[in-house]
Amino acid sequence: MAADNLPSVFDVIILGTGLSESVIAAACSRVGQRVLHVDRRSYYAGNWASFTFNGLLSWIEEYKQAGPSDEAAQEKVEEGEEALALSSLDTSITNVEVFCYASEEPEEVEEGVKDGAAAAWSVPQTPDSEGEVERCLLESSSVEEEEAVLAGDEVAQASGPDAGAEETQPEGEVPPQAYETQGEWQDEQQASPSPAESQPEPKKQITYTKIVKEGRRFNIDLVSKLMYSRGSLVDLLIKSNVSRYAEFKNVTRILTYRNGKVEQVPCSRADVFGSKQLTVVEKRMLMKFLTFCLDFEQHPEEYQDFSVHSFWDFLLTKKLTENLRHFILHSIAMVTPDVCTVEGLRATQHFLRCLGRYGNTPFLFPLYGLGEIPQCFCRMCAVFGGIYCLRQSVRCLVLDKESGKCKAVIDSNGQRISCSHFVVEDGYIGLDQRKNVDSRQISRAVLITDRSILPSDSEQQISLVTVPPVEPGSPVVRMVELCSSTMTCMPGTYLVHLTCSSSGSAREDLAPVVSRLFCIPVSPGEESKEGEEGSEVPSVLWALYFNMRDTSAVDRSSYDLPSNVHVCTSPDAALGSDHAIKLAEAVFRQLLPEEEFCPPAPNPEDIIYDGEGPQGEGPGFEEADPAEALPSQGEVESAERQEEAEDAGETGDVAKQETVAVAENEPRPASEE
Amino acid sequence: QHGRVKLKSTAQQEEEKRKEREKKLKIYVTARDAVFAKRKNGMLDDEALLLTQQLLSSNPDVATLWNYRREILLHLETIREEVDVQKMYEDELSFLESCLKVNPKSYGSWHHRGWVSARLPRPDWTRELGLCDRCLSLDDRNFHCWDYRRMVVKMSGVPVDQELQFTDRLIGSNFSNYSSWHYRSTLLPLLHPESPDHSHRVCEEQLLKEYELVQNAFFTDPNDQSAWFYYRWLLGRGMYCYVVPPLPCLTVMCPYFPGRSVSWCRDSATDQELFRSELSVEKTSVLQSELQSCNQLLELEPQNKWCLLTIILLMRALDPLGYERETLSHFQTLKEVDPMRGAYYGDLCSKFMIENTILKMEYAEVRVFSLSDKNLTTLCHLDQLLLVTHINLSSNQLLRLPPQFAMLQCLEVLEADNNAIENLEGLYHLPKLEDVSLKNNKLSRLSDLQPLASCPKLTRLDLRRNPVTQLVNIESELAELLPSVTDLLL
Repeated sequence: MAADNLPSVFDVIILGTGLSESVIAAACSRVGQRVLHVDRRSYYAGNWASFTFNGLLSWIEEYKQAGPSDEAAQEKVEEGEEALALSSLDTSITNVEVFCYASEEPEEVEEGVKDGAAAAWSVPQTPDSEGEVERCLLESSSVEEEEAVLAGDEVAQASGPDAGAEETQPEGEVPPQAYETQGEWQDEQQASPSPAESQPEPKKQITYTKIVKEGRRFNIDLVSKLMYSRGSLVDLLIKSNVSRYAEFKNVTRILTYRNGKVEQVPCSRADVFGSKQLTVVEKRMLMKFLTFCLDFEQHPEEYQDFSVHSFWDFLLTKKLTENLRHFILHSIAMVTPDVCTVEGLRATQHFLRCLGRYGNTPFLFPLYGLGEIPQCFCRMCAVFGGIYCLRQSVRCLVLDKESGKCKAVIDSNGQRISCSHFVVEDGYIGLDQRKNVDSRQISRAVLITDRSILPSDSEQQISLVTVPPVEPGSPVVRMVELCSSTMTCMPGTYLVHLTCSSSGSAREDLAPVVSRLFCIPVSPGEESKEGEEGSEVPSVLWALYFNMRDTSAVDRSSYDLPSNVHVCTSPDAALGSDHAIKLAEAVFRQLLPEEEFCPPAPNPEDIIYDGEGPQGEGPGFEEADPAEALPSQGEVESAERQEEAEDAGETGDVAKQETVAVAENEPRPASEE
Repeated sequence: QHGRVKLKSTAQQEEEKRKEREKKLKIYVTARDAVFAKRKNGMLDDEALLLTQQLLSSNPDVATLWNYRREILLHLETIREEVDVQKMYEDELSFLESCLKVNPKSYGSWHHRGWVSARLPRPDWTRELGLCDRCLSLDDRNFHCWDYRRMVVKMSGVPVDQELQFTDRLIGSNFSNYSSWHYRSTLLPLLHPESPDHSHRVCEEQLLKEYELVQNAFFTDPNDQSAWFYYRWLLGRGMYCYVVPPLPCLTVMCPYFPGRSVSWCRDSATDQELFRSELSVEKTSVLQSELQSCNQLLELEPQNKWCLLTIILLMRALDPLGYERETLSHFQTLKEVDPMRGAYYGDLCSKFMIENTILKMEYAEVRVFSLSDKNLTTLCHLDQLLLVTHINLSSNQLLRLPPQFAMLQCLEVLEADNNAIENLEGLYHLPKLEDVSLKNNKLSRLSDLQPLASCPKLTRLDLRRNPVTQLVNIESELAELLPSVTDLLL
């Protein structure tokens, strides 16, 4: 849609498509506000986004390059008005470093191709030699294209305004047949009884070429978070019916790193019962403590004396053995030893209350990555008439001199659009307005590895790993290992996210942990070596480090902005998304104090269509986005991915594990006995 | 307001729903009437099958419809080829699956499925086991499914050890499940049949494993009774206690012919064998270590009733006399932490105290027996006391002398002061009873004393501090009721 088609009046203009902004957009649109939602990037969700592997490479290039400096162009404003320029530069991502350890040897690829070809051609009668030749040609052409992508400057070009469109191009050109084969090869590998476990040698090595070729199977999150099953995000998804737009899986294991080993944390009743590492007395002590935490407010006598002491001191008095204290502090409460007793108890309680709602751990993970969630809210906003423009920004705000309020904005095309409220992501705010803002940093690492950190019967495990400081003074690191059935990485690989609050650059903070838990090949493509104890540790195939600015703790008053401009801070370092949701609700309350926050979306059959507007004739509620809404890139993309997933699903690739429908769960009817 | 989605009002929605419901009901009733008419006319055809299917898929709990369906199927079976019969029953199974989705606890559907599976020419038991697993993973306590599964296992001959693994899996995911534990208790004896020569080597190995499993359960959650019940069963396999062997000499009993002289003798069974079987050395050590673990748990959970009760039972099995004091104090705690079941604990404790007194009884003392001041709430094992001539039950909490008391045919003197006795049923036809002391009890009506009239030799009766003594004319009434009593204290 050309920009001059945009209406010139909106109730709310929202700049940035991160989680908080998207929730606000959905909430406003749901209650009938006219919402314009814009983002200068070519993708949804800002720093909350998930990328395909190739998309991430483009993103990396974008942040490695120094962008054009802020130009202070004089904007045309009317009398009695003044212009307040926004920043056109995103400075929230720093210290981006990429390391590739996977080999790029082409013969590896060919081996895969042969296998793939065999699998593919065994389905029709006999492979005739002609077909064989044809296939090889197809393969080599696609390899060429990927190499083109590898060359840095090509990518930089692609990160131009049309990056989104170009992103899928190379693969789009590969005839669908080639894709089919690829899929089948993967299936074959999955179906064969775990070659990795029985004989590690013949395990097919995953090359960089293959990762790039399978790049669309990756959905790599910029922020790594899980959803507490009774957290505010899940509650909101249920309440607003937005949950219907996404699918979720249970996190299957809570692990921790202790005494140089990764081990499972017993947290549910079944875990404790089944644990082989705990003695029966430890089991009792742990259960007793956890049961107490579940309703600790009812037993003030147990902890009152420790209200001024730290949680750690409190644990010491509870006759808990050393490993139990480790589990509780690092993996269940997930707090530092020095937090106060009540805070530690509350964190433990939250964890325990989330247990068992959807599974044996307290957490859910959205299929296709966390970046889906802001998009789900955007979709909700669009369904109720919100208008979306990507690759479009706001150059400056138009302030009324008298009231000091923002009355309009001038967008990146120079169009003036009036609004009553303006919501903006922190990253768009210029230096002048954020002088007093004191921000922190998050250190992030993304690894693609070749096997799980703790192999088990099932290859499809989603694990949360808590890593206490590996050396005194180093940070507590949180690690999430995702398997391919989460639709975030290609089969045969694992996607590992590491997160901590920064004390230095991301690599300084996280590389020590990576080197302890993983094998980093000295030369690319080197076979993973036997670990010291003879157990094989996962090899890193590819690694990315970066820092992200964390303004979550910043108070609104620190920004020098008009009162009807609302700031959404960047993602925080916490495991849950509660901060972003609470912030969204608070902003919505300021915007529309009288209105309900995200009431349930009505069922399609309860909607009365006027018959006048084009949407009245629409085939149905789900598909009938209001006519003005842009067919957004993100939605097209996710639809494609959905199809892809369905294809994969048919051939048995995905979904051996069931997905979780997030809805108000009723207790099972008790029967018998 | 601009952009706001227009919604139907609640009244509109409800009206629509009501109409929808009415329409459905009409269809349902019509179909039902059609089915009943067809059945009346004895029509066993495909159309009836289709109609009942429609009805049952919306309400699978009409037994009449299932019965009709079975009649039809049985009829069709006789007129169709085997291939078609197989197909017919397979269709029936998939229809049943959809019924179970509507109501996974429908009696009718599960019963019908069992029937169909049994009639299927070539049953696919693996599929049926899979179905059960799916149902149990949704609700591990669905007893319809458990029942059906038992049938499937029996019909398809699933090996016992595989079934044991199945219970392992269910218990692993949630050990609060009686069905699984109970199933285990039926599988283990099949897997390890005990040889008659008491060499329990295999069984003991398995038992140790089971002890470990169940300990994990009750240490994890000591308030979950399913594990404790299973533990009791396991311990029972280790100790066979509380079995009183019958005494061969006591065959003739004629309390209803007063005046006839009857001689009683007692078998000289050693007291040790009376209330428990001899434990092998291995078993004793196993039980001893179980007692240790339970004591360990009790230290952590001093208020846990299951633990206390299990400890008491273990102590009984190991050394009833040696642990008497501890047993009593545990009973005391039990009554405090679980007052709802105080009377049960009182009775159980009385039983144990009487057993202990009998065990302690020297052969010489066999005729004089004292159970005074033991907090007894009930009397039992009276069959062990047939030769007793003097019994002292004073200072307990007895409410009555039960009918079994009449077994004490040799009894001459009864002391039962300071109880709360209000009923003397058991003092009936005791040929030798001469002296009865019932000071400070709760006897309040003259009719309560009626049984005493059947004791011919009763001469002395002490009823002081009983409400009955306050009645007017009590003395003369008693003289009339009990003419043989010469020494009456009121």
